[in-house]
Amino acid sequence: MKILVPVKRVIDYNVKPRVKADGTGVDLANVKMSMNPFDEIAVEEAIRLKEKGVAAEIVAVSVGPQKAQETLRTALAMGADRAILVMTDDEVEPLAVAKILKGIVEEETPGLVILGKQAIDNDCNQTGQMLAALLGRPQGTFASAVTVEGDTVTVTREVDGGLETVKLVLPAIVTTDLRLNEPRYASLPNIMKAKSKPLATKAPADYGVDTTPRLKTLKVAEPPVRSAGIKVPDVDTLVAKLKEMGVA
Amino acid sequence: MKTLVWVEHDNTSVKDATLAAVTAASQLGEVHLLVAGSGCAAVAEQAAKIAGVGKVHLADDAAYANALAENVAPLVASLMASHDAFVAPATSNGKNIAPRVAALLDVMQVSDILSIEGPKTFTRPTYAGNAIATVESSDAKLVITVRGTAFAKAATEGGSGAVEAAAGAADAGLSSFVGAEIAKSERPELTSAKIIVSGGRALKDADTFQQVIFPLADKLGAAVGASRAAVDAGYVPNDYQVGQTGKIVAPEVYIAVGISGAIQHLAGMKDSKTIIAINKDEDAPIFQVADIGLVADLFSAVPELTGKL
Repeated sequence: MKILVPVKRVIDYNVKPRVKADGTGVDLANVKMSMNPFDEIAVEEAIRLKEKGVAAEIVAVSVGPQKAQETLRTALAMGADRAILVMTDDEVEPLAVAKILKGIVEEETPGLVILGKQAIDNDCNQTGQMLAALLGRPQGTFASAVTVEGDTVTVTREVDGGLETVKLVLPAIVTTDLRLNEPRYASLPNIMKAKSKPLATKAPADYGVDTTPRLKTLKVAEPPVRSAGIKVPDVDTLVAKLKEMGVA
Repeated sequence: MKTLVWVEHDNTSVKDATLAAVTAASQLGEVHLLVAGSGCAAVAEQAAKIAGVGKVHLADDAAYANALAENVAPLVASLMASHDAFVAPATSNGKNIAPRVAALLDVMQVSDILSIEGPKTFTRPTYAGNAIATVESSDAKLVITVRGTAFAKAATEGGSGAVEAAAGAADAGLSSFVGAEIAKSERPELTSAKIIVSGGRALKDADTFQQVIFPLADKLGAAVGASRAAVDAGYVPNDYQVGQTGKIVAPEVYIAVGISGAIQHLAGMKDSKTIIAINKDEDAPIFQVADIGLVADLFSAVPELTGKL
């Protein structure tokens, strides 16, 4: 079975984003970028399935600018076999990404597509579900355990209140939650090897997808700032404050 | 504008998250509800009483029992022929189903909205809540998920909606429900609690977490939350997690114990009315958002606090 893993280049999760003064967006110039953390988990899961003999080949895909190549090289260094970059300098919405991925799925016919549950930049949490809908395939979202048995995949999902297990008919779409696994670090020899793994470059038009945004961003603003608080010297003062507030 | 609201329920009663979605939907226009489940007529009766509800579509079929997106999304998409907007609370079901509906309708979903600024204009958080985007949809139909803490809850009485049976294509045969492990708790539910006591990595282990955090929470009648670090370390189950990738909460009082305040955690709780932080590191970022801070060792301060309440 082949596994397709879409990955996204996003602002590093440790960086505090700064909103541009003109309200047009978040300043990404000279900011450290990395692979979306949920996508690292997706790559790791695909590699583990390959190590178990379930998967034969792992194809990493990214939709984004030329620099998204670095993100794909990271996936290759972790253990993906080859990569496809669908290059565009425009910001592409989840619906358009899902349409591009549908085109790639139809060409590559993977048994599983493993995506992150959400990207930490737009926080949408949509692409996996949209891809499943467009392909008419089942979806196992927010996965914390994935087991492939024959022509089905059993997915344990993190839901409000606990866990839920569903069985999906393959081919299927899975999106990863944080506790699915601990992604490995790429070793230096593997980073070197990744440089010679195949990376194909495509364009959204190759899949006949129009990436014109459906949502127009009118403004991006800082969230309201909380007014400065006070520090209390001891527990007694805190108790008094809580009583004042009517909490205790 | 006719809006269809996803009713979150457990086949016996309507969940609170639905009520915030109804408030948001009523700002868009006429509110219709969808109750999809199995043996859920009682839920429809209850839903019909929610203030401002016009009609309740009841899809009662074994295929909808566990809200599997593969079965439910085509049902919603077919009902959308006579509606202009689909509104779901941003619960795990809402987040699972709504994008599937959006793609079936060929529209972009607007996720986790905070406010409605115009018929097609919304605000939503991005970058873990560090930037608030105002977006305008150009799609013919709207698909929206609503952040529960950003809208008031609609009243559960006063409505007189008519219940109407809705037929769907039933089981798509793509997926099946195997089972669920729901964590049992006698404490208030995290997302609707007025007071939350949350613990972080500094609690050391599961036993210490129980001994320090739970008595304080019980004293205050509070729900218990946790940072990702505490969940990953196995102190508490993962549905306790507050943050960008866990639950988003906005209680009256949020007490953060031994939580440093990483941006991913703040994204889940910084809209709380009053934030209280107890941490021994006076430079911890949590103190930048805390209304009341106490720099102290939690192992002595929290039991003392519990004792004096």
